[in-house]
Amino acid sequence: MDTIITSLQGISIQSYVWLCSILFTIGVVGVLIRRNAIVVFMSIEMMLNSVNLLLAAFSVYRNDPSGQVFVFFIMVVAAAEVAVGLALLVMIYRNTQTIDINFLNKLKW
Amino acid sequence: MFSTLLFYILSVILLFSSLMVIFSRKPVNSVLFLIVSFFAISGHYILLNAQFLAVVNIIVYAGAIMVLFLFTVMLLNLNKETEPRKPAMFKVISVITGCLLAITFIGALKGIDNTPHNFSDNSIGLIKNLGKVLFKDYLIPFELTSVLFLASIVGTLMIGKKE
Repeated sequence: MDTIITSLQGISIQSYVWLCSILFTIGVVGVLIRRNAIVVFMSIEMMLNSVNLLLAAFSVYRNDPSGQVFVFFIMVVAAAEVAVGLALLVMIYRNTQTIDINFLNKLKW
Repeated sequence: MFSTLLFYILSVILLFSSLMVIFSRKPVNSVLFLIVSFFAISGHYILLNAQFLAVVNIIVYAGAIMVLFLFTVMLLNLNKETEPRKPAMFKVISVITGCLLAITFIGALKGIDNTPHNFSDNSIGLIKNLGKVLFKDYLIPFELTSVLFLASIVGTLMIGKKE
């Protein structure tokens, strides 16, 4: 374990910033280009995860455990959000027989 | 050196599987690639010595949330390639927008100090220390999450109930 930590100094926090920015961007692009509501939902999960990873990385590099506690709370909120969101999707599918988000435009105009 | 190599391998797996999530046609494949990306993120947590987060990530995300996604995909019988495509022009514009967003992020975070950090206390990610912090400093938010979960259970039941 000590060897992992000492060799971690070779990876700068900048690498984690790059990785998480790209991951977040992939999530945003996924929300924009897909029309399937479930895939849009998964892209949102991906964005949450990229933020989690960056929080954990900063927490380790700053020696502050609060960041990892925040990651834990984000996971809790994500679990609750997924339960409610998927129930909504099942309900939408039951009523309209589709989860194409382009048909769900009643609130758009 | 070894962990740098591991970092790059995990990052490549993570980015590839994330791209496959948004570009694969069938929703079931998207779910499976998302599970792969969650395992890669757990590997990153282990590399950061955040063992508690690694285990919780596997249990909560790869275990519970993705099973919920898989159930929903199979319940709705969505494993068909019936999804109508958005126009190609729209996709190109979306990708350009995403690249601009990435440039903004990286430009904004470029100036953070890159000084060498001391890893003298490298055990902050262990369950013992995180538990102490969680139950000393963050006890009230931790208890409030139980209320959040109760609200989530009731909301899910109310929404999912057939009238």
